[in-house]
Amino acid sequence: MLISVNLVAVLFAPLIAPYGETDTVGGVWSPGIWSADTPDISPPAILGTDQLGRDLLSRLIYGARNTILLAIVITALSFTIGVLLGFLAAVLRGWVDQTLSRIVDVLMAFPTLILALVVLSAMGTSTAVLIGVIATIDATQIFRVSRALARDIVVMEYFEAARLRGERVWWLMVEEVLPNALGPLMAEFGLRFCFVFLFISALSFLGLGIQPPTADWGSMVRENAAAISFGMLIPLFPALAIALLTIGINLVVDWFLQKSVGLKDG
Amino acid sequence: MADALISVKDLVLEAQDGGGWRQIVHGVSFDLAAGEVLGLIGESGAGKSSIGIAAMGRTRPGVRIASGSVRLEGKELIGAPEEDLRQISGQTVAYVAQSAAAAFNPAHKIIDQFAETAVQEGRMSAQAARALGLEIFRKLDLPDPERIAQSYPHQVSGGQLQRCMVAMAMACNPRAIIFDEPTTALDVTTQIEVLVAIRNAIAEFGTAAIYITHDLAVVAQIADRIMVLRNGREVESGAIGQILDTPAHPYTRDLLAVRKTPYGGSGKTEGAALATICNVSAAYGKAAPTIKDISLSIPEGRTVALVGESGSGKSTLGRVLAGLLPPVSGQIKLDGKQLAPDAMRRDKDTLRRIQMVYQSPDTALNPRHRVRKIVGRPVRFYFGTTGSALGDRVAELLGEVGLDETYLDRRSAEMSGGEKQRLCLARALAANPDLIICDEVTSALDQLIARDIVDLLKRIQQKSGVSYLFITHDIDTVRSIADDIVVLKSGEIVEQGSRETILNPPYADYTKLLLSSVPEMRHGWLDQAIAERQVSASRAHAAHDVHRSSK
Repeated sequence: MLISVNLVAVLFAPLIAPYGETDTVGGVWSPGIWSADTPDISPPAILGTDQLGRDLLSRLIYGARNTILLAIVITALSFTIGVLLGFLAAVLRGWVDQTLSRIVDVLMAFPTLILALVVLSAMGTSTAVLIGVIATIDATQIFRVSRALARDIVVMEYFEAARLRGERVWWLMVEEVLPNALGPLMAEFGLRFCFVFLFISALSFLGLGIQPPTADWGSMVRENAAAISFGMLIPLFPALAIALLTIGINLVVDWFLQKSVGLKDG
Repeated sequence: MADALISVKDLVLEAQDGGGWRQIVHGVSFDLAAGEVLGLIGESGAGKSSIGIAAMGRTRPGVRIASGSVRLEGKELIGAPEEDLRQISGQTVAYVAQSAAAAFNPAHKIIDQFAETAVQEGRMSAQAARALGLEIFRKLDLPDPERIAQSYPHQVSGGQLQRCMVAMAMACNPRAIIFDEPTTALDVTTQIEVLVAIRNAIAEFGTAAIYITHDLAVVAQIADRIMVLRNGREVESGAIGQILDTPAHPYTRDLLAVRKTPYGGSGKTEGAALATICNVSAAYGKAAPTIKDISLSIPEGRTVALVGESGSGKSTLGRVLAGLLPPVSGQIKLDGKQLAPDAMRRDKDTLRRIQMVYQSPDTALNPRHRVRKIVGRPVRFYFGTTGSALGDRVAELLGEVGLDETYLDRRSAEMSGGEKQRLCLARALAANPDLIICDEVTSALDQLIARDIVDLLKRIQQKSGVSYLFITHDIDTVRSIADDIVVLKSGEIVEQGSRETILNPPYADYTKLLLSSVPEMRHGWLDQAIAERQVSASRAHAAHDVHRSSK
């Protein structure tokens, strides 16, 4: 349910949002319709307006589109890279494993945020670069996880049997390792997805992520953070949106695990 | 019975099954008098362990006591407060688990773990508990008790550790001990030592015991009374002599007949050698070699059994032959042609000709694959069969191992241990191999099922003329399947030859030890075996390096 609301928002943002993404509709930080002070406009700003007087609900809806899509692309990309290389390292062992692992070690030795900042300021802040950088950084973590998972699997006898059969590396990875690592990987996916969220918003805050005036939930929290000291709820809405989506994603992951592989322990 | 120590009445146990509860024990009753030893025997899934634990008023996670009563010295345990149960366990009733290695904390010295319960309960000082520990260790015939007491669990052998467990159970001088398969994980030669220790301990302390096992021959040495369980029901119970001599129920008779399987291998006359291993030594990493200078040959269509205790290097030899562990030196030949030491460098057809079946079907089958794929993949991989021909071949293979088409869409978790092992065999057969390496294929199975698997292996051999390298620690299974036998100890061949030569006198000392350690289904076997052992041990000591030459 939580997800489907978000999905609708992603797909039909321009249709359902009462205002445009960047339209200024009222005063700065005006409260929502539950308050008597709400600006007298039609349609009403249900959740109030932000620091520049833009309709918060509209921005939330557009923000969902930007943030979720971006996070999905990044997470999917980093999983593809990380899992592929992680399995490859575990299956082939030897120098392949050594080389890949050392490269990952080097990447992980840098503080992630600083690494991202350096690369982004050198290469510009286009969305493609943003995706590539975050995905690469994230892939190192996933490489670690999937390599560890795969190493447990390659010592199992069914894997040995497949190897003895003379199966190719691709079959070993996709048919023998992947299905048995899927449970923990899916759980990791749910978690990573949310981390990517936070990472994007951290970058946005530093001016290297999603650029204003484009809406995204992370920067909306940051931009409106000051409002909390005036006793207003505005920054809580994007934060709430992030939290709900996180819970939603994890619920879906759990459900998927139970449904598809019959796993009871994630 | 008023004077019963433990009295179990109409015990019904239920296990969690998906969302609901399923009965696993359907009303079992027994009484255990003080000082008496009751043997609970049955196959896996018979509910014997659950009954053992319930006798302490407890259950495993996922199991509950649905109805019935368990009384300890007249006091009802079911529904008793947790505090009382804790008082009881360890003090009045102690429990010895199957795997001592898992039951000990690897981070503490054995003597400290021994003393822990007694000291915590405030029964004695740490000093006194340690002294008591040493005394009990001595009584259980542990060699060098002081050293063992100061050791960490990984520093002593499995058999010694299991005896330490028994000692620990004795620590608080309990009225009864529950032994849950205490020797199942051990080698036969070690099993004997633990059995003697348990029996002496029971006699010495006058403790009552419930002895749970699947091996009737083992329990025959210890128990006064036996209860045979099957599928959570009592099949029959009675005094030990009566069960052994005049079993009433056909199932008991089946269990008794297990050790009387007909002898014989393929019976095929020795022909050309299919595979030969010449002067092979192998080691894991840079460690000392696990097997040293082994030479043997496997003739076409015959079965060579590789026998030895755990750590003798028998599985290692199988792995070398399969190409999983490239040897340090020596050669492996198939049909006279030298094989690459590493399986990754062998061609597809060579890989096809040598197949492997493992001890534990649980880890040998990909839990995410369905039967159709498990068996179908090698067929498709090696022969390129697709479509309906593939389906036919898979069905045919399943038929050969005694499974049918209803299994096609199952996963391994939905099958029993015996069925899984049959499936492993079908997977190996799918490659049309010339040689199957069977690594302890029967040791994880119940005896009756193991016998069926051995029969199946023999049937397949008659039909297809495949050769087996049959790796096992169980010299009894060897009798019924092997043509040739190779006895291995500490990585070296003790002797090799045809079944008749090896299993008939005169024996090599070590072979004799192995043979005499196999429990026999009669009372008093244990005493006799121990006596013989002491004689042969002293003789072996005198003639330490005189080996009978092989063949």
